Amino acid sequence: MGLSKRHRGAAAVAMAAVAVFASASACSEDSDSGDDGQITLTVDVFGDQGFGYEALYERYMEQHPNIKIEERGKGFALNDYNTRLTQWIASSSGAGDIVALEEGTIVQFKAQSAQFVNLLDYGAGAMEQDFLAWKWKQGQTADGKQLIGLGTDIGSMAICYRKDLFAKANLPTDREAVGALWPTWEKFIETGKTYVAAEESTKFVDAATNFYNVVLMQVAGTGTGYTYFNTNEKFVLDSNPDIKAAWQLTVDMIDSDLSAGLRSFSDAWNTGFKQAQFATIACPAWMTGVIKGQAGDDAAGKWDVAKAPGTGGNWGGSFLAVPKQSKHPKEAAELAKFLTGAEGQIEAFNKLGNLPSNPRALQDPVIVDFKNEYFSDAPTGEIFAAGATSLKPVYLGPKNQAVRDEIENALRSIEQEQRTADQAWQDAVQNGTNAGK
Amino acid sequence: MIGMQNYVDLWADSQFWNAVQNTFGMFFLSTIPQLLLALGLANALNRRVRGRTFFRMSIALPIITSTAAVAIVFSQLFNRDFGIVNYALELLGKQEHIDWQANRFASWAAISAMVDWRWTGYNALIYLAAMQSIPKDIYESAEMDGASKSRQFWRITVPLLRPTIIFTVIISTIGGLQLFTEPLLYSSGAGAISGGSTGQFQTVTMYLYQSMYSRGKFGYAAAIAWMLFLMVVLTVAVNYLITRRINSTGK
Repeated sequence: MGLSKRHRGAAAVAMAAVAVFASASACSEDSDSGDDGQITLTVDVFGDQGFGYEALYERYMEQHPNIKIEERGKGFALNDYNTRLTQWIASSSGAGDIVALEEGTIVQFKAQSAQFVNLLDYGAGAMEQDFLAWKWKQGQTADGKQLIGLGTDIGSMAICYRKDLFAKANLPTDREAVGALWPTWEKFIETGKTYVAAEESTKFVDAATNFYNVVLMQVAGTGTGYTYFNTNEKFVLDSNPDIKAAWQLTVDMIDSDLSAGLRSFSDAWNTGFKQAQFATIACPAWMTGVIKGQAGDDAAGKWDVAKAPGTGGNWGGSFLAVPKQSKHPKEAAELAKFLTGAEGQIEAFNKLGNLPSNPRALQDPVIVDFKNEYFSDAPTGEIFAAGATSLKPVYLGPKNQAVRDEIENALRSIEQEQRTADQAWQDAVQNGTNAGK
Repeated sequence: MIGMQNYVDLWADSQFWNAVQNTFGMFFLSTIPQLLLALGLANALNRRVRGRTFFRMSIALPIITSTAAVAIVFSQLFNRDFGIVNYALELLGKQEHIDWQANRFASWAAISAMVDWRWTGYNALIYLAAMQSIPKDIYESAEMDGASKSRQFWRITVPLLRPTIIFTVIISTIGGLQLFTEPLLYSSGAGAISGGSTGQFQTVTMYLYQSMYSRGKFGYAAAIAWMLFLMVVLTVAVNYLITRRINSTGK
């Protein structure tokens, strides 16, 4: 082409501009398939340590040379992450190809299930046997037709206790003997009464309120099978006997003066670990990491883990889901299946101590034989696995978390001596109804 | 009309009215002492005192600290078990520790202290600037007429500061009614957005946020935002009418 020199210059500038523009728009996409079939998948996680998937990404990228994985969100607190996620999902843009949903978050998003890919469409149905039944059910919509999330870890439940404080109160310190003190929650409270009678300067539990949901999930598991909403999404706060039972137990705990009244994750709670203000705490698998971090090296070997009262129990745990807005739902679903498979879950346990939701992984020697040095060499894998497998599934409605917040606030107001138990129950019903509307 | 139901619900929502009450409670508890204190400080710094620049600088310092940092430090000061405020009270003979988070008035006081610590200097600085533009000869002639210092302050300084006072009152009203970070960070941990166990220090903006993000009620949150806007406009109007009445006899 006979372009003059001057025109060539202009053309070059134009070409450069187009190139810049094109690459700029490529950057602005979360995931973009280039000409060579290269795909970038973005994974959104949360928490100080993330999900411990780094090595798994490497392995997956080696097996799938056309896929590049990027992770975001490590270091984000769950609340901050959820706020962003809510915005991404509501505006149908910005979310990664895979998003992590915490136990309380996934039930919230069930009301917006159309915003998520049905993982059953991508062959995830074959994995049902690989998950604990209740975990699988939590990932589904109420009618069971859509699978929103595949389970990652579970919290399970045990009781972590300070041996030195137990010894001071003339209670046994051996984990078997301690577990035998409390076959039921009533016995747990009895033990607490003995404790506070003998050891006046500290309390028995960090906060009674922190036990409420643990007890509720157990009671509801063996009782109605649901909490504030029944399986038809009807609001049943006032009529579900399981809620009242868990409530009453918590109130008994407060009345017996067992509670230090420290709200979970508050600064005062963190200080409580360092100052050894309480002797026991409801202890899901991930809590062992929190205790170690907060109580610090000074308390190494002073903590131990015993089985929780009652049967089973759970607090926390997460899922991986693929939002509809993902441009590569098929590849994203495949990656989610890989990360939540037995191999992925065992890797996450190795890295961070997150307890698998896969029953096969739970029986893996890596987990069964694991001894936690900080917790006096307690076989935490085995203890938590036992708690996890005996928990019965409980149905949670989309607004479960919002209602639960109100109930726990009401319980806390009794703990803080601002309300009597009866007044607090009225508050709980009124505000809970407001939140559940 | 679509969306009107939100306003009907809002009218009957006790949690909303509780938040309104808290917002106004903390607004009065923080703004009135704050502006009076700022006026006094500005007047003191307007005199010829030793190290005047140092003091003027120091009152401005809190403005540049981050609200989050202020809130975290103050919630430590007002900690139930190990806080320095309770420790000081203990030295003064009050054995029973105050749970600064549990009690409504105690939590309002603590949060107001936070707000005042941060904003008093800012308002003082504005007053000081305005005071320096008041001609000195007015004071001189007042002095010749035998007017005392305090009489000069109330009869000359305050009336001439009227436009500035109106400005600070409006700004404080807007800021005060949108109070968010301080009460949110005052209670760290799970469910901080509830503003205490009985919502004793949950402000309107916190309730808005809670409705939106915790409860997923976007339309309802929008309705709250409109109500907040109305409240700010009304309160500013009332405050304007009140402060306009600062008499102008000093002129």
